[in-house]
Amino acid sequence: MRPLDAIGFAVTSLGGNRVRTLLMLLAMAIGVAAVVLLTGIGNGARLYIVDQFASLGTNLVIVIPGRAETANNTPATLVGETPRDLTLDDARALARSETVRRLTPLNVGEMTIAWRGKERQIPLFGSTASLLDIHHLRLERGTFLPEEDMEIARPVCVIGAKVYRELFGQQNALGELVRLGGFRCRVIGILGSEGRSLGLDTEEMVIVPVAFAQMLLNTEGLFRILIEARDLATIDRLKAHINATVAKRHYGEEDVTIITQDSVLATFDKILHVLTLTVAAIAGISLVVAGILIMNVMLMAVAQRTAEIGLCKALGAGRLQIMALLVTEALLLSAVGGLIGLTLGFAGSWLAVQFYPTLNTTPPSWAIAAAFGTALGTGFLFSLLPARRAARLDPIQALARR
Amino acid sequence: MIELREVSRLFTVGGQEVRAMDRVSLDIASGEYLSIMGPSGSGKSTLLNILGLLDTPDSGTYLLQKWDVTHLNDRQLAATRSRTIGFIFQFFHLIPRLTAQQNIELPLMLAGVSQRERRERSRPLIEAFGLAERCHHRPDELSGGQRQRVAIARAVINRPAILLADEPTGNLDRHAGGEIIDLLEGLHRDGLTLVVVTHDPEIGERAARRIRVVDGRIASDSKGP
Repeated sequence: MRPLDAIGFAVTSLGGNRVRTLLMLLAMAIGVAAVVLLTGIGNGARLYIVDQFASLGTNLVIVIPGRAETANNTPATLVGETPRDLTLDDARALARSETVRRLTPLNVGEMTIAWRGKERQIPLFGSTASLLDIHHLRLERGTFLPEEDMEIARPVCVIGAKVYRELFGQQNALGELVRLGGFRCRVIGILGSEGRSLGLDTEEMVIVPVAFAQMLLNTEGLFRILIEARDLATIDRLKAHINATVAKRHYGEEDVTIITQDSVLATFDKILHVLTLTVAAIAGISLVVAGILIMNVMLMAVAQRTAEIGLCKALGAGRLQIMALLVTEALLLSAVGGLIGLTLGFAGSWLAVQFYPTLNTTPPSWAIAAAFGTALGTGFLFSLLPARRAARLDPIQALARR
Repeated sequence: MIELREVSRLFTVGGQEVRAMDRVSLDIASGEYLSIMGPSGSGKSTLLNILGLLDTPDSGTYLLQKWDVTHLNDRQLAATRSRTIGFIFQFFHLIPRLTAQQNIELPLMLAGVSQRERRERSRPLIEAFGLAERCHHRPDELSGGQRQRVAIARAVINRPAILLADEPTGNLDRHAGGEIIDLLEGLHRDGLTLVVVTHDPEIGERAARRIRVVDGRIASDSKGP
């Protein structure tokens, strides 16, 4: 039998029971549409988050004291143990390389800020002038930390927008003296209200020179050192430079953990990719359900068309040919249902973009292929049993029925 | 053309063995016109099924055109049926959603013949069987006689050597039945070997050779008027 004839034959038998055919098409279409739409949304979320990260600058390298030997590229590396502190001297030594564009040490602690009887608990950041560029902060008013040696503990601070509002209200803050811990300190700048960046609320923080922060927090060690590489290509050389410098200064031990923005990005990318896959798999279950429906309906069709199948056998159709006829029917259903589903899925993701323009919900091509492939696969698989049953029908008994 | 040697066929019905065919030997020459008669349950349908390769014997040998077809596999049986044997059934067995012409062309379609050749081969049959005006109608729009004519056209479109008809008039009125038998006899005169199973003596007596089957055996085999 010619393939085109087989398809034509399948079309006539599918057309013979329109309601049943439509229901099966609907089941297939919904399954495929669900896979396409959900992977599209998952993928859109992934792209959105990755994009947010990338905007922070991918050539940022973070040096954390302590070595997390077993953990790699996981959030666990963010809290390594600290056998030996990183110091300002380390930071200065690390800055001496042509691979480094900017470098800033960072200290973090909790502190109370007070002005004319108003008090507030804030996260205190000790850093240098370079932080402004490295962390893409925006200054609303005044100046940022002065460009000077990081050893100088100048008592000045830059405050977040919310801190400013809550302490000063509408009053002028620039030049005012505030109390930080036990020290007086002059406000020289106010940050723009940028909201959150990488889990830090820039509205709430207070930034002071790193040496002053070490004094306030009574510590020698640094929380971390942020280094911006000259460009992406130099990141590997920069890492080697960091390891060599640290080893030289720490008696031969490379006891720091280096996190590149790249690796953080890769981790998030991986996690979100897996999430997208999971969602797709859940949607895939609906395709399997559609497949079972197809099997059920095909079994009914075989029962109804016993005489016809017997006739085809008498007229010279072998078992394989009978099977091929029924499988063609199922594949045709899956293919048409799948195409309808793809259309629905694309329409859905287009609609989603209209409502959430920031989310690029275009389904990835692998999802389209997978959804369509699964539709055909389930159609094929679940039609095998009914087809086998049909092929094994005894033509005599099949023809004995009226 | 056909040689059956000591062919038996057993069925198990309700735990009991029934010999539907009991060591039957039968020769049918090419171009013969043969009727098989007998009461219901006598085994005449089983005999027809074996002859038509729809069923295989439990013992004995079946030579079709001097070729042993006793132990063919499913595919070989199907291919041989397609090439050599045309079937006509009491209940016509037309596919309701196909037109008369498509039904006639079905064996060719199953055999993978191109649509063009199918048209070329079905045209003369449709003309000869007086179906020209009805060939685009579906079976439920045809009369009983027309349906059986479609079925006969379908049976002969592959130019088989043997035509096996199982109660071809059983579902028709007297007049239509007579027409169908006339048609079949015309095909026989053109050289086709014709085997008709019937319990209607009037039709059975028209054949040149008449076989009576009783209890799975051939009880009588008479030739001549």
